[in-house]
Amino acid sequence: MMLECRELTKWFGTKEAVAGLTLNLDKGKIYGLLGENGSGKTTWMKMVAGLTKPGRGEILYEGHPIGWRDKASIAYMATEPFFYDFMKVSDVGEYYEAFFDDFDRKKYEKTTKAMGLEPDMKVRNLSSGMSAKLKLAATLARKAELYLLDEPLNGIDYKAREEIISLILEEADGENTFVISTHLLEEVESFIEYAIFIKDGHLADKVNLESERMKSGRSLTELYTDIL
Amino acid sequence: MEYNTGAPIYLQVINELKKKMVKGELKPGEKMPSSRDLAVEYKVNQNTAARIYREMEMQGWCFTRRGIGTFVSEEENMFRDLKKEMASELLKNFMHEMSGLGYKKDDIIDQIAEYKEDGENDA
Repeated sequence: MMLECRELTKWFGTKEAVAGLTLNLDKGKIYGLLGENGSGKTTWMKMVAGLTKPGRGEILYEGHPIGWRDKASIAYMATEPFFYDFMKVSDVGEYYEAFFDDFDRKKYEKTTKAMGLEPDMKVRNLSSGMSAKLKLAATLARKAELYLLDEPLNGIDYKAREEIISLILEEADGENTFVISTHLLEEVESFIEYAIFIKDGHLADKVNLESERMKSGRSLTELYTDIL
Repeated sequence: MEYNTGAPIYLQVINELKKKMVKGELKPGEKMPSSRDLAVEYKVNQNTAARIYREMEMQGWCFTRRGIGTFVSEEENMFRDLKKEMASELLKNFMHEMSGLGYKKDDIIDQIAEYKEDGENDA
């Protein structure tokens, strides 16, 4: 088991954002993290990424309690834009290189170029699709073991979504692990191996999609409706 | 490719690849896409891509050279058999559906004889 979360709980004031979440992830798989807005998906990702501490419960990474050292193995992409407006595409590369030892600058430059992002383009002037690609290119240029992508397909047009999915599938090599949160079920249905359904801060179900299609013939949308 | 979301994805991709072989878009002995390219092209994960090639190898439709890649089988007979097999599968489904509507085999044969494809003159 790569990641084990036991009875994770997180309060924000009087609101229980994550409520006794127990969830295990295996190496080399692509997971879809699904649930309504406010069900605790982002809070869970932030806890695993080490950006916020659980109130109760524990997270084990490769068998040991997760700590600051593991941050080097985990790449988290927030859903909100996180680059400064005044930055250029090339500055983002420099910024990431300074922050992360595992950042591959050459790969970043190659990927951004392939997606039509020129080094001297300003972050401020990018369309939402371009800015989503920039975020992903920077995140995937890290050589991490676990990638946590919060809503990478949100708010962008069809063509940009397809490009983003291709980029993810080029990087998912069966050794590294991906967790992708999304509401766009049809977009991810063919390549998600396990769907993780989160409801009110806890695990409602974890389903192997290919087995489910063989067993019951239920699509992801049907599962979502049945489970949540 | 458009998937039927209620059926296993790996089987649907295999079917698509079989069609490509029968149509000659994948030729005997030709190199197949790497599993990474297959994953991107068909929007599947690596485990599914590996499973697709594993199953196809077991059926003898392709073979893998370690460290080089996966290749379409060189057996010409295999292509002929594959085409026959896919045709008989389609025919079986068709006959099943037609008999479900109450047609007998002879009626169906008459219907096929009278059948006009789109674009053929009705006059």
